[in-house]
Amino acid sequence: MQQIKTSFDFEKPIADLVQQIEKVKQVAEKTKVDMTATLDELDGKLNETTNNLYNNLTGWNKVQMSRHPDRPQTLDYINMICDDFIELHGDRTVKDDKAIVGGFATINGQTVMVIGHQKGKNTKERQYRNFGMANPEGYRKALRLMRLAEKFNKPVISFIDTMGAYPGLEAEERGQGEAIARNLLEMSVLRVPIICIVVGEGASGGALGIGIGDKVYMLEHTWYSVISPESCSSILWRSWDFKEKAAECLKLTSDDMFGNKLIDGIIPEPLGGAHQDPELMGQSLKDYILKDLSSLGKLKTDKLIEQRIEKFCAMGVVNE
Amino acid sequence: MAWFKRENKGIITTTEEKKEAPDGVWNKCPNCKKPLHQTELQENKYVCHYCDYHLRVGSKEYFEVLFDNNEFKELFANLTSGDPLNFNDNKPYTERIIESQAKTGLKDAIRAGVGKMEGQELVIACMDFAFIGGSMGSVVGEKIARSIDYSIKHKIPFLMISKSGGARMMEAAFSLMQMAKTSAKLALLSQAKIPYISLLTDPTTGGVTASYAMLGDINIAEPGALIGFAGPRVIKETIKKDLPKGFQTSEFVLEHGFLDFIVDRRAMKAKLGAFLKMMNN
Ligand SMILES: [Zn+2]
Repeated sequence: MQQIKTSFDFEKPIADLVQQIEKVKQVAEKTKVDMTATLDELDGKLNETTNNLYNNLTGWNKVQMSRHPDRPQTLDYINMICDDFIELHGDRTVKDDKAIVGGFATINGQTVMVIGHQKGKNTKERQYRNFGMANPEGYRKALRLMRLAEKFNKPVISFIDTMGAYPGLEAEERGQGEAIARNLLEMSVLRVPIICIVVGEGASGGALGIGIGDKVYMLEHTWYSVISPESCSSILWRSWDFKEKAAECLKLTSDDMFGNKLIDGIIPEPLGGAHQDPELMGQSLKDYILKDLSSLGKLKTDKLIEQRIEKFCAMGVVNE
Repeated sequence: MAWFKRENKGIITTTEEKKEAPDGVWNKCPNCKKPLHQTELQENKYVCHYCDYHLRVGSKEYFEVLFDNNEFKELFANLTSGDPLNFNDNKPYTERIIESQAKTGLKDAIRAGVGKMEGQELVIACMDFAFIGGSMGSVVGEKIARSIDYSIKHKIPFLMISKSGGARMMEAAFSLMQMAKTSAKLALLSQAKIPYISLLTDPTTGGVTASYAMLGDINIAEPGALIGFAGPRVIKETIKKDLPKGFQTSEFVLEHGFLDFIVDRRAMKAKLGAFLKMMNN
């Protein structure tokens, strides 16, 4: 079995077993006693524990996984799955928002427009990227690129990974609400296929602002909801201490979202999460994208848009 | 269930009952604190005649202000909320809904109607802040979607009156997707070239601002309304600075280019009527 790099408290049972196995190996080495049977047993136990653990993550565990510092981000995926990428910048009005990246790329020779939140991986990068929290310019850049894609009849792929749209003073002055709203409207009738994938955090309007697609996926260990568990906790219980409970209440996991028919599918992650094996994750993502590009490409544009609109309009539960 | 409802009714006076209260009931202006007379208030379109403060009123009052002779056909009146997530924080969501219904006499945070305004047909969907802070859940999204369908089918202009704290947390991602639903329907309304007026009233924030409220052919607001995406408290905590005076008011939003004009509630019907006339001729 592949070695899991553990980092969270909830992964302690795995770390403990790994440590135990190490110890037994050392003893075996020192004493030259055959410990094969014990080691086999422990390996089996490790295998079982690992599988059990990652199949039964709580909502809050998923939130933790989605924020792992080594988790691949938009630019990593672009690197892994695209043959070529020409990054494009700017909203043509105010500035270039570093929290959302985008540009033309080719995947297996096919040209697409890729767009996504970029959080950054170290302190310096995170500041540069504003932690993946876009200002209105980010959403307007995304829209500009989507319109370019539409003009040249290229499909759009968006990677969602944000704690939310930036709640800043300038963001309000420059119309954060309007920028997101405009994207929702325009994306719902954009005349090219759109594939959206939540690769990390999918928080609220900031996520949805590039999230209207013919196919909307979540990676297995990500979350998507109207509010972060921390903010939900602070509103409902006036403190961040109930974030675990809030995460349960919000039903924000990929399983919940798929079960509630709010997304189209779940893309499985390598055992222990995308950060354990980014290449494998990238390959799997690429397979999904290629399959959908092929099937969506066969649909007539009017039909595509009609289905997209119908899908989102069916969301919601009312009694009458 | 019936027993529960009856008990609730006894405790809480519904808005309906309050409005039917005899003359002589005096309220206080929340802004200047001067006493206001109910009938005077009604004649003055629920605007304080001392300081021009626009009181927070609901769909009942807006319909009365805008529809000719207060005549309209209510649309989709029976939609009520489900509880798809079995949400339970300190109180089950279903219980919260029942209590809000008893307290407000409303089914949810929105009502829709079709009627005539200045002699011209108009569909109005109007949010009720009294119902769980005017929060947007499935009923709000669905009623707006159906109102837009109605507008398209009958070729009648659509007026959306927003008054909301944003998403309804108890419907979590279902609430979020109402932003997508309503925006998609508005795209269809736009393609049908039917006028859409978005009226933002105090307060309009969060996911409502980031969807239908900002998507009007014209966006207009009442004076002094709080309009924004993020709430002022969250912004203050984020930037760790005090917010400038007048930040996120209608006047601020107009100045930054996201509103077409601000309209006094007392002049609203005439001005909207004039606008519709221009669109219709
Ligand atoms: Zn007053």
